[in-house]
Amino acid sequence: MVDTSAPTLRIATAGSVDDGKSTLIGRLLHDTKTVFEDQLSAVVKASRRYGDGETNLALLTDGLRAEREQGITIDVAHRYFATPRRSFIVADTPGHAQYTRNMVTGASTSDIAIVLVDARHGVLDQTRRHSLIASMLGAQAIVLAVNKMDLVGWDEAVFRRIVAEIEAFVGALARPVPVTAIPMSALLGDNVVDASTNTPWFDGTPLLDFLEQFETRPHGDTGVRVHVQRVIRPQGGEHGDFRGQAGVVAGGWIRRGDAVTVLPSGQTSTVRALFRWGREIEEAGPGHAVVVQLDTDIDVARGDVITADPHIEPLVGDDVVIDLCWMVDRPLTVGSRWWFKHGTRTGHATVREVQHHLSPTTLEQEVATELTLNDLGRVRLQLSEVIIADRYHVLPEGGRMILIDPADNTTAAAAMIHGAGVPA
Amino acid sequence: MSIVEHTHATAHLDALTDEAVTIIREVATECESPVLLFSGGKDSAVLLHLAVLAFAPARLPFPVMHVDTGHNFPEVLEYRDQLVRDWHVRLVVASVQESIDTGRVVEDIGPRASRNRLQSVTLLDAISEHGFDAAFGGGRRDEDKARAKERILSFRDRQGRWDPRQQRPEPWALLNPRIRKGEHLRAFPLSNWTELDIWRYIERHDVPLPSIYFSHTRTVVERDGMLLSVGGPVELESGETPHAAVVRYRTVGDASCTGAVESTAHDVHAVLAEVAAARITERGATRADDTFSESSMEDRKREGYF
Repeated sequence: MVDTSAPTLRIATAGSVDDGKSTLIGRLLHDTKTVFEDQLSAVVKASRRYGDGETNLALLTDGLRAEREQGITIDVAHRYFATPRRSFIVADTPGHAQYTRNMVTGASTSDIAIVLVDARHGVLDQTRRHSLIASMLGAQAIVLAVNKMDLVGWDEAVFRRIVAEIEAFVGALARPVPVTAIPMSALLGDNVVDASTNTPWFDGTPLLDFLEQFETRPHGDTGVRVHVQRVIRPQGGEHGDFRGQAGVVAGGWIRRGDAVTVLPSGQTSTVRALFRWGREIEEAGPGHAVVVQLDTDIDVARGDVITADPHIEPLVGDDVVIDLCWMVDRPLTVGSRWWFKHGTRTGHATVREVQHHLSPTTLEQEVATELTLNDLGRVRLQLSEVIIADRYHVLPEGGRMILIDPADNTTAAAAMIHGAGVPA
Repeated sequence: MSIVEHTHATAHLDALTDEAVTIIREVATECESPVLLFSGGKDSAVLLHLAVLAFAPARLPFPVMHVDTGHNFPEVLEYRDQLVRDWHVRLVVASVQESIDTGRVVEDIGPRASRNRLQSVTLLDAISEHGFDAAFGGGRRDEDKARAKERILSFRDRQGRWDPRQQRPEPWALLNPRIRKGEHLRAFPLSNWTELDIWRYIERHDVPLPSIYFSHTRTVVERDGMLLSVGGPVELESGETPHAAVVRYRTVGDASCTGAVESTAHDVHAVLAEVAAARITERGATRADDTFSESSMEDRKREGYF
């Protein structure tokens, strides 16, 4: 089959409070005719009720009562729309620093971050913080939406100044991300879906054109990684002697007949059969939910990783260096203990070292002994179990990890693996 | 539909299917005693179909639970019983009538009374009685603005409450199912699906549905712009005249507050075409309880609703 499809694009908004993130998503949904009539009339009614004057498109995503009353976004809203060219999943995230954990939730799965800036206020600390987080999480591109251009008289100089500032900041990141800047008014719809007549000096495309045409980067070619979730073993019946490993392909393409190595045990076998959604298939690739049936009856358990044909050897070890966003009040200190989850493996994690705190505004790597709520930094962990991982920027599916607070079970950190091995 | 449209829609459905299967396996493996909430509606039919595929050729390793309001469409009960037989699934029924009879809840009376809200108490009682620690639901973020805010794995405290201001972060959907005794989780594998995705899946996998999802003639009464079926729990008010109409249901819920829509779509292909062209959301068109106030769904969800 000729694959003419553009894969679904996942987008997250970012930027400071009141820069117009929710309004932009509302405008995008409205102008792509994605808003249903009853949703729109409910928004018109609610706009009157909250005294917003004209129809407040932000109410299309600010769905919680507290958000509507305060006119802010507290938690991420997910919205879905499709054009004839592509399907989109949009995460509209909050701008307040106190809700950074929710921004991380929305941005973690996104291919593209739309960073908004209010043209009147320019680049703020929160703009920088969100651009940095988007880069750490592996955003493939940043769309710099210089918003509210109508309120600065569509002044090209204002636009250029903001673009230069963000390009300088993003260029200095450890992982620079390509930036595409668009002058717009989310409120009025200029350069969102339709090209604006107010920006004759702008030779780029409106936002939707860019999103439709954006080519996502192919998955890292590491070789096969299947994260084993559980053993499928029917009790009796016609499939009584069936035994397979249910899991998700984190990287590579696995095929029937492949010679595989199960890690960390190092046992080898051959793929006898592969199944996806209950049907036998020839091959499976990134993201596919599969059952792998092996030729020999070797010991494979939840948390193990089935590998084949590794172009890049996975990192195997319990001594791990991670970059993280810290998301709970209890600080991360040297010696503190947490739960970790990586792939399908869980265990204890003890903090051996805080290597640095990363300033989200100056990008300085500062000496620190602890990390507190909303901090970004790099730490070294001792895990109770060996993990089979990849560097996050090589293969995100193999390089992501969460830490969990054992005191109340809340998710405490989003972690990106920088390195892993066995302690010297 | 052009070839380009078709392939990007197909690739999108593939990805949603893999995501849902992965979530179902993950929660079922990490939690001790999961259950799948099954209403007989299209979303729970798709959810159950995905769950069966997730563990094939083994049988579904957990039961399904129907919270029965007592206000059912007879076609839906028949369908439910047939499906659990065909798919070898264990069914638990939690009865709202029993909650009323034992005084756990007090029923509203009057022609517009609905048992929809009462279901939350029956649901939470059943979760506690059976010791379930995770309940799969067919909720989708595109259904409602409060649902759009919810995590895939949504935490409930010991009273079964959802606190939308204190949700656990959920980076990468790397699911954290840890809870303390007495708390539980709701898992929404269809979070990222739209109504259209549901119908595309039904078409692709030939998922059986209750007959009322397809066009039929029914005696209805029009109330607040909604077509309610006459002959079941809906009581006529003075001045209302029932009439015969050619309709189908877009959602299936409590029969007292679920409306039909006029439609001649008699098979899945016709329904798909209708849904693709729809200009009104499914809940707006068919659920009286969601139009009571601006935050009906959020209020119900805080109390423990699906």
